[in-house]
Amino acid sequence: MKHFASKLAVATLTATLGTAAMAEVTVKVAYDADPVSLDPHEQLSGGTLQLSHMVFDPLVRWTKDLQFAPRLAESWEQIDETTMRFKLRDGVTFHSGNALTSADVDWTFDRLKESPDFKGIFAAFTDVEVVDELTFDLKTSEPYPLVLHTATYIFPMDSQFYTGTTEDGKDKAELVKHGDSFASRNLSGTGPFTVTEREQGVKVVFDRFDGYWDTASEGNVDKIILTPIKEDPTRVAALLAGDVDFIAPVPPTDLKRVEENDGTNLITEPGTRIITFQLNQNRVDAFKDARVRQAIDYAVNNAGIVDRIMRGFGTVGAQASPAGYLGYDESLTARFDVEKAKALMAEAGYADGFSVTMMAPNNRYVNDDKIAQAVASMLAKINIKVDLQTMPKAQYWPAFDERAADMMMIGWHADTEDSANFHQFLTHCPDEATGNGQYNSGNYCNPEADALMAEANAETDTAKRGELLSKLEGILYEDAAFIPLHWQNLAWGARDGVHAEKIVNALNFPYFGDLKVD
Amino acid sequence: MLAYLVKRVFQAIAVMFAISVIGFAIQDNLGDPLRELVGQSVSEEVRQQLRDELGLNDSFLTQYVRFLGNALQGDLGTSYFFKEPALDVILKKLPATLELVAGATLIIVGFSVPLGVYTAIKPNSILSRLIMGLSIVGISIPVFLTAILMIFVFSVEFGWFPSYGRGDVVHVFGYWDTNFATVDGWSHILLPSIALASIMLPLFVRLIRAEMMEVLQSEYVKYARAKGIHPFRIYFVHALKNTLLPVITVGGVQIGTMVAYTILTETVFQWPGMGFMFLEAVNRVDTPLIVAYLIVVGFIFVVTNTIVDLIYGLVNPTVNLARMGA
Repeated sequence: MKHFASKLAVATLTATLGTAAMAEVTVKVAYDADPVSLDPHEQLSGGTLQLSHMVFDPLVRWTKDLQFAPRLAESWEQIDETTMRFKLRDGVTFHSGNALTSADVDWTFDRLKESPDFKGIFAAFTDVEVVDELTFDLKTSEPYPLVLHTATYIFPMDSQFYTGTTEDGKDKAELVKHGDSFASRNLSGTGPFTVTEREQGVKVVFDRFDGYWDTASEGNVDKIILTPIKEDPTRVAALLAGDVDFIAPVPPTDLKRVEENDGTNLITEPGTRIITFQLNQNRVDAFKDARVRQAIDYAVNNAGIVDRIMRGFGTVGAQASPAGYLGYDESLTARFDVEKAKALMAEAGYADGFSVTMMAPNNRYVNDDKIAQAVASMLAKINIKVDLQTMPKAQYWPAFDERAADMMMIGWHADTEDSANFHQFLTHCPDEATGNGQYNSGNYCNPEADALMAEANAETDTAKRGELLSKLEGILYEDAAFIPLHWQNLAWGARDGVHAEKIVNALNFPYFGDLKVD
Repeated sequence: MLAYLVKRVFQAIAVMFAISVIGFAIQDNLGDPLRELVGQSVSEEVRQQLRDELGLNDSFLTQYVRFLGNALQGDLGTSYFFKEPALDVILKKLPATLELVAGATLIIVGFSVPLGVYTAIKPNSILSRLIMGLSIVGISIPVFLTAILMIFVFSVEFGWFPSYGRGDVVHVFGYWDTNFATVDGWSHILLPSIALASIMLPLFVRLIRAEMMEVLQSEYVKYARAKGIHPFRIYFVHALKNTLLPVITVGGVQIGTMVAYTILTETVFQWPGMGFMFLEAVNRVDTPLIVAYLIVVGFIFVVTNTIVDLIYGLVNPTVNLARMGA
């Protein structure tokens, strides 16, 4: 007990309650943001998924080593090319007391298809067909390899609870993107916790759900109080001072401090968000030449950036897919050789270099502006003069959409946890009709690569698909389609006795239901 | 007096109008609110559709006229993030900010008067020199740095005070929860109050000292001394009263400034007030909330300044308010 106030409070409590019933295990958590809404379908973001794993439960979920683990779906089997049959766990109840049935999954699926944020992920899926109370078929229009990947996004909602109208006559099921709705304030899921109190931007209180189905879980937390603390130093101080038990993220500058401090532990994992630069071929003729792009890749010292700017807190990358993803090719390593870079520039006829503009956000990715500065100075060594502009993300994204600079920074995490997703958004030939290449500010376009992606996305044989995707990564690497830098690592801080290392994962949604606290 | 008041009200309305135009004009340069509302892979088409629904594709004039029409009916728009009327959001956050400002004001008043008077009476003592030296340091260190330093010293190292938030608050009425009713509440508000006071306190010490020294040179003080009146009575009754006139004027303006400084203090201490809310709103491009905040804070400035002028008249009735307003 560190604070006067808490000391006093404890003293009073002990005096009045004496030897009360067994103490409740409360964990105070500080994140840099809180979920925007209690509606799991309103926004596809880390905050929403973190919330979903606490109060809802997915059909299947990722394990630490990126494998699938059954949750509400007990088992599944492919019954034909386009149908996956799922069997629901028996005896699962929602917070409202209603039993979970296939109808709830069907209802949830229909709602997902309506959600502007989620419908993209579910584009390949046509329908959920209810077979019986606990069995349903998830159907796709074509053979689709990412059925289970997508099933991790199906968090069944309590269809009875969300059906009907509110007192003021609004549909309870209504999905409102930027306004007030029943679902954004009330929830009933099957998850380990229920939300009992919420003041947006200030705190969310979660209480253990008595009827949670997963009694085998060793989780013993009765109450979680989540406080969003945006400021890095304050969040770290709150942990060090013992005001909170668990924080995320730990900023790179404080990793050592949290690790070396008595009573707190640092937990890190390689993340899956790749940070890259794109080279706009429409704006700069030189970028059309693969040798120039390679020269830039050779000139940029990825390892140096991870070491010096990220303080070791990143994983050097040479491709989009992180290790563990299907398609990850470990033979692709980061290129760094300034002499080689100069030679390539000379070969392409740009020995004297040229000038380019560069833009990067300054509050979106970890140390984004510093990374951009470093890259700019590295390019100076091969006579590419960079005019760098950094700006807050709110202004950066509109600039990115306009393709406002010759080189632009973008970080990407694949919503599907799949290699093809990187290509679809970042390096696919831009195509407004399909939305492919939506974030391809480099205008890189290689039909061969696109054909490989299309083939991979129709291939349900995992081994074959892996080969196709690796080949795709290889082509992009040879072409230097973009300049990969690193995957951002993830870091959590926890006080002694909070066994957080077991519940965190590369996707950054800790499974608090399984958290054990001494 | 009445003519003066009416004049001030008209001035206030003009100022508020100007603030609303400026606030509205800058929102276009803050960035795209849609990016904060949707996930990364949402297509441009869907985003355009949402922009239409939000009315973001209308011309500036259309948007402004719509805003003004609603504003006159007390509706300042709906926050994208909180999904509530922006004014409600701000009013909910206002008590926390006002309590913080009140805490800082208490500290400033409590310390600046004795310290200012002391350094004026004994300008050459070691203690005075120390106080003046520290005041320079206090003015020069930015609020957020003071705040972070205090957290690391008093929360992390010594563990005396909590590092963030409001702690146990007691509900008073309406949206008002108070920090001043529990020990925990007091322990939470102390550090942020000191941090917020850290810039103003030295300023006031120096101001009171300067004014006091000037007054102490005046004829009536010399006369009072000659009459053998007790020094304490001279200092604290006769001299201080005249010293405080300019201090009140400056003080009134500074209360407004302090509301602005709460943005930094609240952010560092995770104080759930409206300054913190504002910075978050800027990050999220929650434009309705940003504009509403500017209007509310502008309103606070206008009101405090008006009240200060009135108090000024009460403290020193020789001031001709009607002429001042002209």
